[in-house]
Amino acid sequence: MILNIAVILGFQLAGEVIARALALPVPGPVIGMALLLGAFLLRPALAERVLPTARGVLQHLSLLFVPAGVGVISHAEALGQSGPALLLALVASTVLALAAGALTFVALARLTGNDGEDSA
Amino acid sequence: MTELPEIWSYLREGPLLWLTATLVAYLIGDAAYRLSRDNPLVNPVLVAMLLLAALLWVTSTPYGTYFEGAQFVHFMLGPATVALAGPLYSNLHHMRRTLIPMAGALLVGSGTAILSALWIADAMGVGGATLASLAPKSTTAPVAIGIAEQLGGLPTLTATLVILTGIIGAVVVTPLMNALRITDWRARGFAVGTAAHGIGTARAFQVNQTAGAFAGIGMGFNALLTALIAPYVLALFQ
Repeated sequence: MILNIAVILGFQLAGEVIARALALPVPGPVIGMALLLGAFLLRPALAERVLPTARGVLQHLSLLFVPAGVGVISHAEALGQSGPALLLALVASTVLALAAGALTFVALARLTGNDGEDSA
Repeated sequence: MTELPEIWSYLREGPLLWLTATLVAYLIGDAAYRLSRDNPLVNPVLVAMLLLAALLWVTSTPYGTYFEGAQFVHFMLGPATVALAGPLYSNLHHMRRTLIPMAGALLVGSGTAILSALWIADAMGVGGATLASLAPKSTTAPVAIGIAEQLGGLPTLTATLVILTGIIGAVVVTPLMNALRITDWRARGFAVGTAAHGIGTARAFQVNQTAGAFAGIGMGFNALLTALIAPYVLALFQ
């Protein structure tokens, strides 16, 4: 357990160092994720070990957004006079992007003969 | 014996109270979600946010004091991002076969998110720095703030728009996908990760592990793509 947490934190640390050292526009944890995925591919035994911990962390991913979300409500005035226009833009664009993205995925999966009947 | 107001003034300055309150508010949100028989409108993040914001308001506690305690939860976002390597690894065999659908859905989903948001806001008279703050709203918060700064946007406003987008996506994705009769978990997950970043991904994990893994990929690639295309899309409106 502690070892698994140390592995995850260690890869995040490596990601942060690389992101800063090379001035990459990608956040450090994202680089850490890519490195950890590479390590899993090289050493499947490591994946066996760390996977249950990773699943545990991700099971309550929603909780981790609560502190930032409270900040949004406390700073709702940041929306200013454009509030209604911005909210409309957010709702409409999110619905459109979800529909367009999912429909494109399904259409291309069907075209490439990979419509997921075996993986659903 | 210590007077109650003294205990209160001690507790409200330390991290213990607000860390506990964050976890309890989330548990209440989660219980409410299950009591509603998994109604997506009763999103646990949304419920917890509203409860805590109300609590801060009633006790006139500044957000900064609250965050002293809540930062321990907030910190876990980094390790959770690294942990996404787990579901990615488990779903790798799905992914090799869906490179083309993912690439297409990424381009269309990401482009639609930026273009439609800017077009609607522009049509309603929003301009300047506010419009620039809106452009990266579908990407994960740290990336979105970086992009907004490059475009001349306002970081605080961008953070607000990013979180709101995530909550909107998490709330609408299930009814929308059901209405469109899309049953493929890969498509549902990838679309919500692209359109609604981490909060959408958290929602996908709540529903299905494969959807969660694909949402994680959508979120990651959209962060890269938005950084590349947002300046050009924004230029269309300036």
